[in-house]
Amino acid sequence: MAAQIFSAITVIIIGVGGCVAYFWGANRLVDLIFPSRGVAGAAAIDNLRRQGLVRPWLFVGPAMIILTIYLIYPVVETLRLSFLDRSGINFVGLANYEWAFGDREFRNSILNNIIWLAVVPAACTFLGLIIAVLTDKIWWGTIAKSLIFLPLAISFVGASVIWKFIYEYRGEGQTQIGILNAIIQHFGGQPQVWISLPFWNNFFLMIILIWIQTGFAMVILSSALRGIPEETLEAAVIDGANPFQIFWKIMVPQIWGTIAVVWTTITILVLKVFDIVLTMTNGQWNSQVLANLMFDWMFRGGGDFGRGATIAIIIMIAVIPIMVWNIRQANKETGGH
Amino acid sequence: MAVATGNSFASRFGVHIAVLIFVAIWTIPTLGILVSSLRDKNQIIASGWWNSFASSTQTEAGRLPPASAQAEKDGKFVLEGNIFGDGAKRDISAFGVKSAAPTQYTSGTTADLGDGVTLQLNADGSFIMQSPKAFEGDRGQRIYYASSAPPKFTTDNYRTVLFSEGIGRSFMNSLTVTIPATIIPILIAAFAAYALAWMRFPGRALLIAVIIGLLVVPLQMSLIPLLKLYNGVGAFFGMPSKTYLGIWLAHTGFGLPFAIYLLRSYIAGLPREIMESARIDGASDFEIFVKIVLPLSFPVLASFAIFQFLWVWNDLLVAMVFLGTEADQIVLTAKLNALLGSRGGDWEILTTSAFVTIIVPLIVFFSLQRYFVRGLLAGSVKGG
Repeated sequence: MAAQIFSAITVIIIGVGGCVAYFWGANRLVDLIFPSRGVAGAAAIDNLRRQGLVRPWLFVGPAMIILTIYLIYPVVETLRLSFLDRSGINFVGLANYEWAFGDREFRNSILNNIIWLAVVPAACTFLGLIIAVLTDKIWWGTIAKSLIFLPLAISFVGASVIWKFIYEYRGEGQTQIGILNAIIQHFGGQPQVWISLPFWNNFFLMIILIWIQTGFAMVILSSALRGIPEETLEAAVIDGANPFQIFWKIMVPQIWGTIAVVWTTITILVLKVFDIVLTMTNGQWNSQVLANLMFDWMFRGGGDFGRGATIAIIIMIAVIPIMVWNIRQANKETGGH
Repeated sequence: MAVATGNSFASRFGVHIAVLIFVAIWTIPTLGILVSSLRDKNQIIASGWWNSFASSTQTEAGRLPPASAQAEKDGKFVLEGNIFGDGAKRDISAFGVKSAAPTQYTSGTTADLGDGVTLQLNADGSFIMQSPKAFEGDRGQRIYYASSAPPKFTTDNYRTVLFSEGIGRSFMNSLTVTIPATIIPILIAAFAAYALAWMRFPGRALLIAVIIGLLVVPLQMSLIPLLKLYNGVGAFFGMPSKTYLGIWLAHTGFGLPFAIYLLRSYIAGLPREIMESARIDGASDFEIFVKIVLPLSFPVLASFAIFQFLWVWNDLLVAMVFLGTEADQIVLTAKLNALLGSRGGDWEILTTSAFVTIIVPLIVFFSLQRYFVRGLLAGSVKGG
């Protein structure tokens, strides 16, 4: 154990230290090559100008290199690979795309993704909004919000274990250790193997993401609700509006922009949902989704990069319009900051 | 807000109840694995965790002493004793001698095992077995009994997963991935953000536009080309393609657009006068950055750090693509995923491992909640 900790610390120091050393060292180097102190006036001004030309690139250089290798090149390469066969050598035209839309598993994934898209963002936003409004009215609201917010810090894998334990199934008549089946058995129902129930299993996986993301929606909507001017609410009360009218006609319209940002943010997350499906079912029992299917094709039978890349492109095509709209909207909401 | 709705007692009471229900639904799942991880492993499968403070009934198997322990009494051969030895006292409710019917007889009654052999097992574990013929063999009679055990809490599960299931090692691996993968992008992004906000150079506006454009690229786009690239580079230099350096850089790359976007908008908002007076005093850009910009940007740096830390710690996809699955590289999330496959029904292992993987994010979350919320508000555009 001690040796592990030591080697971990060494590796961390080398990694972080190397990065610090670059910025410090590169900066020193510029100062040494173009000295601005201790040289005659004209030369110093000249060197300062040269420093000014070089230094910005030293600062943005590492970021540019990394962004090029890790994001720009891959986008182009993925697009290219989607027109090649599994080996990534032979050009096959649109064959991968034809395969995708004819493939039963792919169509199943698309269908499931659509169900996820229809359910999860709506459920998270709706629940988040209700909880935000309710917790604002009680003295222990902050504590309640913290507790509901907490799952957001939990990894999807951790959450999957947590919920798998809830869905745990034992044969009928046995002691159920999964709370869901225990409740059902207590009321005389039939225990079920929830995660392999065709079609409905999707919803049991979605509950996990809803459980995680409701806290996100709640926090953001809660801060938006705080921004509603008191006067509008007071005026509504004086006019005799009931709580439901105030909620739907006064509060919701004023935070409409924020609701849209929350909705689209969760939508993007849903399009890329991967961990939950991998750990809960790995796409069995018709619960496959695009991101997991892509991961599957990256390694299935030694990996088919052409098909994997094709699925990646389809995910990107679905994500980009929503993302562009989301960033625009978020910028508008925060005034560009 | 307080004035917004009716203040009748009933409606206020209803709000409390409703929030209480929401809180219960959102906390009970996590509570379930926390409680289970502290329970004795036999009790986890014997009763639901919500019953963990009550005695649990479990069926166990045991063996009576061998024939050599028998005594002859009144023309009968007798085996006597207590199946619990001197150990813990438990209440036996039923017993049996066949695995198919482990609770055939109520404790305290005498069971007829055929050929005149009888067995009586009492609630306290004492037994008496009698036979007209001498017992034979050096293995005693197999018996099954349902006993109710008092609730038992233990940290054994943590000892097991940390030291023999490899979770302890994975914990170190996760830290090894997460700490540099958090610090490196901060450094790189902070320098870039400063240059993009306060230094003048050709192409600056274009660079900013490109970086904002890269925010929309989903992670999935990068995986296949990078996997190919890493394999190629590894083969070319004769090195392994799955390294810590590789995953640090990958996380750095995926985190950079958001980091630069977030830091630049903050740093650009710092007061111009401070920068200019420092420049007049002869400070270089590097000095201004280190001595003025970094300290002033602490809140946004902290927000991003927490965001990135949690993101990397909780990541499964990038780790599965860019790191190996051997003990020296597998991170907690990947290990937990592997355990779900290999130890599917061993809930003492799974719940405890899950709790170990979520404990660090929970600590970060509770201690730095303020920065976390701020990062979240700003980070709604990242989304992975």
